[in-house]
Amino acid sequence: MTVAPPAPAPARRHRPPDPRAHLSHRLAERGIDRTLWLLLPGVVFLVALFIYPLAYGLGLSFQPLKSTDPLYNYKQFFTDHLQRDTIGTTLRISLPAALVNVIASVPIAYRMRGRMRGKRFITTMLVIPITLGTVLTADGMLKFFDPAGGWFNKTLFALHIRTPDQPVLLINNYWGVVISLIISGFPFAFLLILSYLSGIDPSLDAAASTLGASPRRRFWQITFPLLAPGLAITFCLTFVLAFSVFPSAYLVGNPTSTTRVISIAAYEARSVETNDSKASTIALIMAVIELLVISVVLFGRGRLYRGSTGGKG
Amino acid sequence: MSDRRFDHLRLEQVRRRFGDKVVLDDLNLQIAGGEFVALLGPSGCGKSTALNCLAGLLPLSGGSIWLDQRRVDTQPPEKRGFGMVFQNYALFPHMSVRRNVGFGLAMRGTGRQETRRRVDEALRLVQLTPYADRLPGQLSGGQQQRVAIARAIVIEPPLVLMDEPLSNLDAALRLDMRTEIRRLHQSLGLTTIYVTHDQEEALSLADRLVVLREGVVQQVGTPEELYRSPVNPYVASFMGYRNLLPMTVTGRNGDEATVHGFGIELTGMARGRFDTGPATVAVRPEDFVVGVEPANPQNHIRIAVEVVEYHGREQAIQARLPEGEVLRLRSSNRVSRGDTVSAWVRHDHVLVFGEQLDGPPVEVAAGPSAGVAANDSAPSTAGAPS
Ligand SMILES: Nc1ncnc2c1ncn2[C@@H]1O[C@H](COP(=O)(O)OP(=O)(O)OP(=O)(O)O)[C@@H](O)[C@H]1O
Ligand SMILES: [Mg+2]
Repeated sequence: MTVAPPAPAPARRHRPPDPRAHLSHRLAERGIDRTLWLLLPGVVFLVALFIYPLAYGLGLSFQPLKSTDPLYNYKQFFTDHLQRDTIGTTLRISLPAALVNVIASVPIAYRMRGRMRGKRFITTMLVIPITLGTVLTADGMLKFFDPAGGWFNKTLFALHIRTPDQPVLLINNYWGVVISLIISGFPFAFLLILSYLSGIDPSLDAAASTLGASPRRRFWQITFPLLAPGLAITFCLTFVLAFSVFPSAYLVGNPTSTTRVISIAAYEARSVETNDSKASTIALIMAVIELLVISVVLFGRGRLYRGSTGGKG
Repeated sequence: MSDRRFDHLRLEQVRRRFGDKVVLDDLNLQIAGGEFVALLGPSGCGKSTALNCLAGLLPLSGGSIWLDQRRVDTQPPEKRGFGMVFQNYALFPHMSVRRNVGFGLAMRGTGRQETRRRVDEALRLVQLTPYADRLPGQLSGGQQQRVAIARAIVIEPPLVLMDEPLSNLDAALRLDMRTEIRRLHQSLGLTTIYVTHDQEEALSLADRLVVLREGVVQQVGTPEELYRSPVNPYVASFMGYRNLLPMTVTGRNGDEATVHGFGIELTGMARGRFDTGPATVAVRPEDFVVGVEPANPQNHIRIAVEVVEYHGREQAIQARLPEGEVLRLRSSNRVSRGDTVSAWVRHDHVLVFGEQLDGPPVEVAAGPSAGVAANDSAPSTAGAPS
């Protein structure tokens, strides 16, 4: 047996240079740096105003008043067609309203994206409905669309488009709620889309035109793909606004049948039946449905190009 | 779409205002089919504006643009069929390099096979074949610039407008691309209008140069004409005359003028009608002969060397004249800081202009030798009122 000579002890005085980057660089690569502190206020608010109430409501929904079955409220909701149908009713109102808001905003914002005479005036006019609030809008609609004395029907009668025994009914029904939601949701959609559009570098459009693209093709091949992620976000926001519709469903709708939306069901559970547990259940179902719709839209958005649009942001 | 070739592109009294500011003032220019014209001028002089007007991206405030007998300024850009390389590239961020380059062909309904072949060819020319499937955001500035060039030339337009297309490239690549652009121009017969503020680029590429100053054409001519006979100090400053000295004319003898100032006397070639009075004297740094005692004392000056930069075979010297003014010279004879040396310049390398450099941007009155700037474009008149 031979004894191996002892290996020379490695020189310990000079630490060999670490081939890896400094810890702070590696953390930054994963998005961890001091700017994370900027999230703190948001996180505090999120916990205080969202996570806590949500957890509380969730707990409440599993403690039904009339049964020991924790899922009683949920089973009840989906078996009672009066309750269950509110989902369909709400979607039938909010999806078209959100869609119309987005689709109507695009051409107007597209026309107004550059510098334009009277842009500020038009923007102000379009945005005024935000300041009115749903109740005032509803009141105005009730007067304007009144089947007998409203200007709308009076004009139709005067033009002999309709006779007084056949007025156009746009209040106290489905259409009243949809119109009210469009009036109140449009300004949001328009402002959002206008800002998304001004974020797209106008020289892209110019470049496409020198390459022979007609205005139509420039819109569909250049502007629209760059705008689409913004449209998805805008749709989600206006959809959420419309989905929780309550005042207009009551005021200009038909809250006992065609516009008995889910928030009315929740309101009745809370205020008429004083059943907080049931109300929480309905509110949670509402949240889940909103989440589902938003996930579908955002999943679609995830497949789009979402990088820089080269504009002034 | 427009036909591949044309005889003449004419800009007649083209004018563009932004608010009250006249950015292009009565631009008259005739460009022959197949010509390579460089628009030269400092930042903000209206070069991009001129290109945008040509491409149809900016409406004119006045004047007209003609392609032979066809009036093009009333047509939208997509009908003109001019290729354009944008100063900020304007690549479509959501399309791969390949789709960016193929966009113009797609708009023309070119077949799939043909498109693929031509896009591949264009990418090869700009050395971007390995990047074909990347998005523009994943490319460096210089690579993006080359995509922009490929995208504009792949459609083989009758007229290509290039707005400083090489500004972001490193020196070696810039030389390569310069040669490539020149080669493309020749092999495809593309008429090219090329915007730059780089004198060397303009001189080496163009058949003709147009020097702009605050929207007013200063001089139009071949590189040779502008290099030898700039019509005013402004153009001279772009043609390498880095010494522009305000001096006083004391004598005029035919083509020659004698000037005084800063403790020296020089004799040079007079440019313009003047007999005496203030003048601007233009000399290129490399036209001085430094440190050699000439036989003839004319144009022989003594200078105090202040700064010496090593430039390889030559030195760039900054020196002071006896009475203050700074002079720039180049020399292959070694001098060092603090030396007082003699310098000499041939009298036909000294240009004397009868106007101040900082004067209003006007076309000089045709002097005895202004004939070299002759071409078929009418020079704009002095300070035309709006
Ligand atoms: N949209 C605009 N509104 C007002 N002024 C403008 C506008 N666009 C350009 N200008 C002005 O017109 C002048 C010429 O601009 P232009 O972009 O043509 O310059 P340029 O010669 O291309 O300069 P550079 O070499 O920096 O690109 C500038 O003084 C600029 O401030
Ligand atoms: Mg420019």
